[in-house]
Amino acid sequence: MEHIELFFKSIFIDNMVFATFLGMCSYLAVSKKVSTAVGLGAAVIFVLAITVPLNWLLDQYILQPGALKWLGPEFASYDLSFLSFIMFIATIATMVQLVEIIVEKFSPSLYNSLGIFLPLIAVNCAILGGSLFMQSREIATFGLALNYGIGSGIGWFLAILAIAAIREKIRYSNVPAPLRGLGITFIITGLMAIGFMSFGGMLTGGDEGASKKEDKAVEVEMIETPKVDNEETIEIAENTTTKEIN
Amino acid sequence: MALKETLHQLKEKYKGTKMAPAFNAIHTFLYLPNETTHGGTHIKAADDLKRTMNTVIMALVPCLIFGMFNAGYQHFAALGTPVDFLSWDAFYIGLIKVLPLVVVSYGVGLAIEFLFAVIKGHEVEEGYLVTGMLVPLIVPIDLPLWMLAVAVAFGVVIGKEVFGGTGMNILNPALTIRAFLFFAYPTWMSGDKVWVHGAVERAGTADAISGETLLGAYAQNTELGYSLYDMFMGFIPGSVGETSKLLIIAGGLFLIFTKVGSWRIMLSTVIGALAMGLIFNGVADAGWIGESSKFYGLMSVPFWQHLIIGSILFGAVYMATDPVTASQTNRGKWIYGFLIGFISIMIRVFNPAYPEGVFLAILLMNVFAPTIDHYVVQGNVKRRMKRLKAKVA
Repeated sequence: MEHIELFFKSIFIDNMVFATFLGMCSYLAVSKKVSTAVGLGAAVIFVLAITVPLNWLLDQYILQPGALKWLGPEFASYDLSFLSFIMFIATIATMVQLVEIIVEKFSPSLYNSLGIFLPLIAVNCAILGGSLFMQSREIATFGLALNYGIGSGIGWFLAILAIAAIREKIRYSNVPAPLRGLGITFIITGLMAIGFMSFGGMLTGGDEGASKKEDKAVEVEMIETPKVDNEETIEIAENTTTKEIN
Repeated sequence: MALKETLHQLKEKYKGTKMAPAFNAIHTFLYLPNETTHGGTHIKAADDLKRTMNTVIMALVPCLIFGMFNAGYQHFAALGTPVDFLSWDAFYIGLIKVLPLVVVSYGVGLAIEFLFAVIKGHEVEEGYLVTGMLVPLIVPIDLPLWMLAVAVAFGVVIGKEVFGGTGMNILNPALTIRAFLFFAYPTWMSGDKVWVHGAVERAGTADAISGETLLGAYAQNTELGYSLYDMFMGFIPGSVGETSKLLIIAGGLFLIFTKVGSWRIMLSTVIGALAMGLIFNGVADAGWIGESSKFYGLMSVPFWQHLIIGSILFGAVYMATDPVTASQTNRGKWIYGFLIGFISIMIRVFNPAYPEGVFLAILLMNVFAPTIDHYVVQGNVKRRMKRLKAKVA
């Protein structure tokens, strides 16, 4: 029951894109075609499914306060949690390299259409966000961490799949010139988030207001950090598009 | 026919200028166009966009009039001085409360449509006619008019015009408007008090009614104040137009008969709702969930009763069938409708934050409709490729 609940929650209620607006960079940039979006979505599921449990192990046995107890009683007071960011990112970057190699080997066309965004999964806020949420929500077991990784990956996948289909559909719409491209995509994302609000408050219920507020404070802190990545990515994204045009 | 001539002259005078679409729109709304197509190939059919929209409006009018009667009837019943349902007193209250909603909805919405048409230099589209009629039917009766105006402005501009107007939007504009109201002004949009005229002002006074909404009563497992007959006929508090299941079914049949609404979507939505209701019944009967659970009340509702409480039928008939935002492939329509029914009942039972989730479920499926279509089309392409290969080989 716990597993089903967490799975449902990470896909729909705490959807990476629509509840926390993480991973927007590649979500906005690679959602022009459904087939590419599916490729990137699958890559994100894969990376999340591996990095979240891996980082859970790191967190449990190295980073948490007192996690080093297994080395001996004298290490019990060590608190390495300040290293979380570096360690998590290191895991993620390694995994992304692996995915890149695999994709290049088995599907060169997908590799080419994903372009710069495949290596950029490494700084995709959704991936780091997954690991950090795992840490802050104190997910209890390895199995749940795996579940959480896959679930949030599927949530992100659904989001990019839906917006890619919508963007294919509105390709012939008469969108006002200033809004074409990214502008309308942002608006669509906002409207889609309204649709996803149907799940807000489900399972937890309305009576958890107090504990939710605490969660929010943590979330705000965490969202700020990946923001830097976000800007960088968009800059790089712009560079690549100009390159393509050239 | 002085009016027609005046309009015609105005039309000629402004021809080619920025204001031309506005005058053209008034002219075509009231009269047949002066010029018809000559030569060439064109389809001659009666069911153009305007006709389609008018058909839906015709199907909605009974709900609106019933809503007016019901508004007054509920008002007096709550006051403790019940009047006959079909009485002038009841209708009068409804008229002075509902008509302003209709006027504001159309006024604001059409003003924005005209503005956009003039700025962008295209003809005014008929798309808002149905939306403007749906909006007053899905809001609580006492909703302040300025809130409605703000929401309509949001829904028309962000929900539709930024995508290029009628036929391009991804979310149903009427539901976008309702969602905006729901999340921006929750105190006016949900709870026990908003569904009967005057109940908000009376809250806290000696006249305050203790009436719970039907769904609330089901959820709390308390005794219902209404019989199944009342629920079916619509003599219950609720949004203006959603209460009478009888008239909604009649409207739905009318839409199916005129081939304006998709029977696939209506049927599959109902099937989806029944399926989820059956699953919940099964869970409740099997004893997996204790009677003390907060979900038990709604889970144990006989599955068919889900159709006559809340707004699932109204959503299925008038909202889900919106041809622009629904799935466009036949198989897609079955999936789309089924999921709407399924998710609606799921939200209704599982989500204590929202007493009713039909509109959100439809919005959610609007988001996924293009995805469903995409895969249905891909599936067809694949199947035909296979057939072709088999033929060639």
